[in-house]
Amino acid sequence: MLEMRRENLLNAGIALLLLAVPLVAWAIDETYYITVASRVAILALAGVGLNLALGFGGMVSFGHAAFFGLGGYAAGVLSHHAFEGSAFMSWPVMIDGSDSTLTLWFAALLLSGVVAAIIGAISLRTTGVYFIMITLAFAQMIYYLAISLPTYNGEDGLPLYLRSNLPGLDLSNDLTFFFVCYALLLLAIFLSVRIVGSRFGAALECARQNENRLSAIGIAPYPVKLTAFVLSAMITGLAGALFVELNGFVSPSILSWHLSGEIMIFVILGGVGRFYGPIVGAALFIVLETVIGGYTERWQLFLGVILLGVVLFARGGVIGLLAGKARHD
Amino acid sequence: MSAAFIFEQLLNSLQLGVMLFVMAAGLTLVFGVMGLINLAHGSLYMVGAFFCAWVAGETGSFWIGLGAGLVAAAAAGAIIEMLVMRRLYDRDHLDQVLATFSLILIFNEGTRWVFGAQPLYLDIPDALATSVPLPGGGGYPLYRLMIIGFGVLTAVGLYLLISRTRLGMQIRAGESDREMIGALGVDINTLYTLVFAIGAMLAGLAGALVGALQSVEVGMGEPVLILAFVVIVIGGIGSIKGALIGAILVGLVDTLGRAFLHQLFALALPPAEANGYGAALASMSIYLLMAIVLAWRPKGLFPVNA
Repeated sequence: MLEMRRENLLNAGIALLLLAVPLVAWAIDETYYITVASRVAILALAGVGLNLALGFGGMVSFGHAAFFGLGGYAAGVLSHHAFEGSAFMSWPVMIDGSDSTLTLWFAALLLSGVVAAIIGAISLRTTGVYFIMITLAFAQMIYYLAISLPTYNGEDGLPLYLRSNLPGLDLSNDLTFFFVCYALLLLAIFLSVRIVGSRFGAALECARQNENRLSAIGIAPYPVKLTAFVLSAMITGLAGALFVELNGFVSPSILSWHLSGEIMIFVILGGVGRFYGPIVGAALFIVLETVIGGYTERWQLFLGVILLGVVLFARGGVIGLLAGKARHD
Repeated sequence: MSAAFIFEQLLNSLQLGVMLFVMAAGLTLVFGVMGLINLAHGSLYMVGAFFCAWVAGETGSFWIGLGAGLVAAAAAGAIIEMLVMRRLYDRDHLDQVLATFSLILIFNEGTRWVFGAQPLYLDIPDALATSVPLPGGGGYPLYRLMIIGFGVLTAVGLYLLISRTRLGMQIRAGESDREMIGALGVDINTLYTLVFAIGAMLAGLAGALVGALQSVEVGMGEPVLILAFVVIVIGGIGSIKGALIGAILVGLVDTLGRAFLHQLFALALPPAEANGYGAALASMSIYLLMAIVLAWRPKGLFPVNA
């Protein structure tokens, strides 16, 4: 019980810290750090998505960049068409571009969810290393598709000139944009908590530990895992849509397998299966990138060494280190 | 479309196939014996290519360079096995993925540090820089034929090593029960280092040979690594026979897809669109192949039973 309370306190601290950074930056007029905080919130959101599959469902997906990228492309392509005043497709149904934020989010959720249902339906037939590799391979397939299709500039990507319109809020204001990302992040964490605490979450936890036992009590593991996989992909897809809006740019690099690895790193650094872990992981990653990157352009070398050290010697991630072991497995 | 063109494309797919086999054999060997999934295998491929190009450039001899590439890759493999991999054998796949992903970052930046950001170029040795006439007209580069030869030699060599030698016997025993061969007095640590170094050397061989066909640059191992993963997933992870069949299949589907798909599309579409869609589908074709194989046999074509 003591450890539970310590983790709750820690979580509250993490959430408040992430909120405080852009406020301080705004107060002292260092607007660059507002953007950095938005990046952390968005990447953490992608991590929260992966955590649902990886941490709570035990599905080690090495292809979540696919969903991040698809979400990004869904939002990017629609707002590109809206800017050009052209239609996304005219047959069999007429779909115009859109500059409404809610439409873009909906498109991102829909596309990443549908594709995740297809990828998951095939991939979940496999387990273990096969699952890791098949998710990686599917993500590569989508990456190469984005590179070789000339319609949206292939490898060069698409610039987006305007942020979308959310009723009542001005997203072109960086601080407002951060608050929106932050609110979605907390909403996603809240949803994760509710999902994991529900009957469905209990079944998912059981599927992670022992599928045979789950079958024995009359619940088929496959649909449970597939549902969790799709939900996980949708959260990550939404993060992709926000990321594209933050950068004003969409290109196949957000589909690359390096990004899949990085999203995984956010989850592991923070602590697998910890609700607030991805925030810590993403924040640490960005801080390391910024701090070491300020000293040397070889920052990836040092990042690699630090990551290696964490994996080899600090199991359980940062939250595990600070709040103690919470799970009994 | 002439018969010579088709024949040439078949040889190209064979060349890609055997290269993928050399790459995938090391990967699947390490997984089979140690249960380790090694993302840094592509980095060893890069190390082989860089040392080959560097030494060949200094000495003027491709063959000395090739030797240096093999030694460097094997040495790099042995070092990372002793420093890092050894600690990962008992961990779950997630830790293995992350640790070896970190190694990729380290290798990429380290190589850029040592050799600079500019790509190196490796020339095909003069004696091999000619073409062999093909039946039906046209010619095929001798160097590419030599790569096919190297690949076949590797396959035969691995087969003999594993089925006929004492080391091979230990490897096979290690695949089925590691504790038991330890109990029987085999020094497991040395065996593991040796197996890992062999796998690394194979990756270095593939890198050095392919290095002469393309530029030698940082990150060159990553696309090949992912192809090698597709190969061993199709073949059945841990199975060397599966790696061979998978590699040939992937080589065929990828090369023929790139050569002929856009022509197939051109029958129904205007040329520009046919090229675009053809290229897009060709780049996806091997992943589709993998999805079909796995949907049909979730543990690959030649599953290794634990």
